[in-house]
Amino acid sequence: MTIKTGLGLSGLLLAGITAGAFADAAPAAAQDSLTIVSWGGAYSDSQREAYYKPFAKDFGVKVTEEEYNGEIAKIRAMVEAGDVTWDAVDVDTRTVLGGCDEGIFETIDYSKLGQPKEKFVPGAAEECGIGTIVYSTIIAYDANRLNPGPTSIKDLFDLEKFPGKRALQKDPFVNLEWALVADGVAAADVYGALNTPEGVDRAFKKLDTIKSQVVWWEAGAQPPQLLADGEVVITSAWNGRIQNAVKNEGKNFKIVWDAQMPDFDFWAIPKGPKNLDLSYKFIAYASDPKVMANQSKYIAYGPTHTDAIPHIAPEVLADLPTNPENLKTALTLDSRFWADHRDELEKRFNAWLAQ
Amino acid sequence: MAVAPYATPIERAWHYIFRAICALVLLFLIAPILVIMPLSFNSEPYFTYPLPAFSLRWYEDFFTSDRWQIALKNSIFVACATTALATALGTVAALGLSRANLPLRGLIMGLLISPMVVPVVITAVGLYFFYSSVGLNNSYIGLILAHTALATPFVVITVTATLTGFDTSLMRASASLGAPPATTFFKVIMPLILPGVISGALFAFVTSFDEVVVVLFLASPEQRTLPKQMFSGIREQISPTITAAATLLILFSVIMLTTVELLRRRSERLRGIRG
Amino acid sequence: MTTAITAPTIVRTADGVPLKAKLQRVERVRRLRAFALVAPLLLFIVVTFVVPITTMLYRSVDNPELAANLPRTAVALKGWHGQGLPDEAVFAALAADLAEAHANKTAALIGKRLNYEIPGTRSKIIATARKIAEVEQGPYKDVLVKIDPTWAARETWAVLARTVRPVTSFYLLSAIDMRLDADNQLTRIPSSDGGIFLGVFWRTLVISVTVTSATLVLAFPLAYLLASLPTRMSNLLMILVLLPFWTALLVRTTAWVVLLQTEGVVNDALLWLGVVDKPLQLIFSRFGTIVAMTHIQLPFTLLPIYSVMKTISPSHVRAARSLGAGPFYAFWRVYFPQTVPGIAAGCLLTFILALGYYITPALVGGPTDQMISYFAAYYISEELNWGMASALGVVLLTATILLFLLYSRLVGIDKVKLG
Repeated sequence: MTIKTGLGLSGLLLAGITAGAFADAAPAAAQDSLTIVSWGGAYSDSQREAYYKPFAKDFGVKVTEEEYNGEIAKIRAMVEAGDVTWDAVDVDTRTVLGGCDEGIFETIDYSKLGQPKEKFVPGAAEECGIGTIVYSTIIAYDANRLNPGPTSIKDLFDLEKFPGKRALQKDPFVNLEWALVADGVAAADVYGALNTPEGVDRAFKKLDTIKSQVVWWEAGAQPPQLLADGEVVITSAWNGRIQNAVKNEGKNFKIVWDAQMPDFDFWAIPKGPKNLDLSYKFIAYASDPKVMANQSKYIAYGPTHTDAIPHIAPEVLADLPTNPENLKTALTLDSRFWADHRDELEKRFNAWLAQ
Repeated sequence: MAVAPYATPIERAWHYIFRAICALVLLFLIAPILVIMPLSFNSEPYFTYPLPAFSLRWYEDFFTSDRWQIALKNSIFVACATTALATALGTVAALGLSRANLPLRGLIMGLLISPMVVPVVITAVGLYFFYSSVGLNNSYIGLILAHTALATPFVVITVTATLTGFDTSLMRASASLGAPPATTFFKVIMPLILPGVISGALFAFVTSFDEVVVVLFLASPEQRTLPKQMFSGIREQISPTITAAATLLILFSVIMLTTVELLRRRSERLRGIRG
Repeated sequence: MTTAITAPTIVRTADGVPLKAKLQRVERVRRLRAFALVAPLLLFIVVTFVVPITTMLYRSVDNPELAANLPRTAVALKGWHGQGLPDEAVFAALAADLAEAHANKTAALIGKRLNYEIPGTRSKIIATARKIAEVEQGPYKDVLVKIDPTWAARETWAVLARTVRPVTSFYLLSAIDMRLDADNQLTRIPSSDGGIFLGVFWRTLVISVTVTSATLVLAFPLAYLLASLPTRMSNLLMILVLLPFWTALLVRTTAWVVLLQTEGVVNDALLWLGVVDKPLQLIFSRFGTIVAMTHIQLPFTLLPIYSVMKTISPSHVRAARSLGAGPFYAFWRVYFPQTVPGIAAGCLLTFILALGYYITPALVGGPTDQMISYFAAYYISEELNWGMASALGVVLLTATILLFLLYSRLVGIDKVKLG
């Protein structure tokens, strides 16, 4: 084969692949499509099974998934540029409050959802978002490596009793509260303290005591991975991710519910989406109590609709953060505090980290 | 190269130590590649050795999963378009650069090479702002243009390097035989610089195929490319499917490298150089 | 017989034009043709690369948030002299602007911008805007001060006076850890307060120098071997060098994570060999970052050195030996000086590229190993602080351009070869 023929053939091949890829990659004109953004990993898997797949089937809509790690900046950027490519986003409470202040989310018209506001757990029906799950930030450890393991949040900061590396979220969120509680502040006084510069200094000082031993995770899928690798002995995590690793991969991880920080996740619509009605259709579907109850089968997060709870099996209920047994020493999140002070505390946290 | 006959004992010892050092360096270069390939056959979704069992589940996941397939198609599409555009622009520019009488050659060369040298984050950030204002964000065209800008320096460098060894008297001979400039280009110059052009095209392809930072900033979920999917795979998804994707990419690189080597040997034969 | 000195006759071409002029014309046409060949790419690069980057540079001083959303205050503050508090007219303007901001939902944007300069202001602005929207009429000074005591602080007003202007020095100053205080004097930002960038620049420099030296130490012997082996063998080995070069960056970085993690291959090998009795912390550390970056940059250093070494004839060293030089002396005085251009090219290239690293340290390094590019990316994707990201980009770009000019001076741009 001469080089000319070879080139001709490869040129044809190139053109063919390009055309084929183009044909596939270009959006299918006839079908509606929705881009839903969530946190990835086992959580997105559960949403896929409980929401995206049945929704796509029942409504004939193509669902494209995307992951992020809670960066409100991406939503801000999109809304500011006027080019919103995300049709529905799964956000946490401080983001839904902060974003609502800034006008980057659509205000939810509850009549379109077909679910009355009162049916939702208090705090789950916000101006700019409708609650979807109750999750919790907890600490977990590998029982194969630490036996006996930690039993309270103070153990996270106890390098003598439990030597080894810890993993914490690369965010001041929850870490500052835990630092204060471990330093002796009563749970009810935590946010009062954080509202003062001395309180914040105290929290950072406590974190300094373990700083050299901390590995910082950014994505929800990292904590179980770090525990499994043996990279850390204790990690903070979102409870469902750890429980999934136990259930699906047979890992011997244990959760410490002391000082757990339950929080909601909300469905929110960035302002100016391509198809507002379609976004509403999806959120209405996902807020239906029977559909919502399904999700707890796949991941240990609780529903936000009071009518969904009877549909959940008792053994699943026991694993949820909302189980009264687990809630005994839980902290209460002040999302308004975080909505207001997120920017400057993150700035301080990053400066502290970079040294 | 054998030890010289006049070598002292220390020299002989050094000869072997030297080779050992080089072997270690080569091992350092290859080790990561070798390490990642067996992991793609791991039956457990974790990145640790030893492997409990073998399975092809990650390859299966790669070929059946929608996200990976879309990512692969997008990557190929963008890379092919980038290669075509970059090679065309770069080759023509290299021809101009190889002419001795080009004015402001230093400045032009500097400008043309700059995308390779400027930190890619700055390029990504600058393009992000620029595209926001002209509405090219989240579009294939925007991505292709960005990748082409990043890939052309490689094409320019490789083709210019090939042209430095080029015998200009061949062009004059062809002209003296009556060929117009276009014919001279296609029949005389092109076949001889083809290995360089193909080399440059391959560099351009790899640059685009492998590019992750610009994609992170400029692409929407629809234009997700393979590197972006792998990046999520390391951060948010953590599934060893990326090791399967990685192994496939390594095999692909080996094939391409062998192609380049064979082409190079061919061109040397054509030019009459014996290795 | 005298020899008349005749004036040189002007040579003319067939159509009577002086040869010199015709030659110049032809040269000019040739130059234009050469330029025309380069023009398409040049135009392309200028439009798709140079222009966007220049726009980014502009963003580092652009300050639209307050100028657009507090128009009356901006005008009113022009008359304030900076001492004491502004007068009632300014307060009235602020009240009107904030009421409008509350209606347009731009209060959070204003608060965010002021929050950069005075932490804690964001919530105050939003609260003030909400409350002042309900107030019908003045006098506004007392009302505003009652809503929040920050309006009685001179510093607040000093910052406001600075930030209502369309252009700001805030971001560029922050990028070098400086700020303007209430009296518009330059002060240093202490590191506890966010003044980390000079440290980060220094760290970027240190890491780049370390990586460059490491690649040089590793690349030199290997390049020598490749240059001295017969072509067949050396090309085979060259494939081993180029294979990592062509493997995706993310693949290589993940591979290093697998190799260096606490229960990874390297630690397992060290434990098995008995060199250590506890696994070493190799990942998420400076060591891991340096190793991974060295691995990625090695081909970049190696290839220029190799191409220069290939041009050195082995007979030089043999000649030196035959004149009585010992092996090391011959190498050091005859061979090594000839390789210096290659070393300079490779090292400078690697150094420039190392300055801009982002992905690898983000995945393999710890929080104290992050380089400047990481922070620029962070400000874009996680804080949407375009001003700060651009300012950091400006400093990094300036450093890169200076080094690149040095490179082109020392090495010559057309000598860049990729093997």
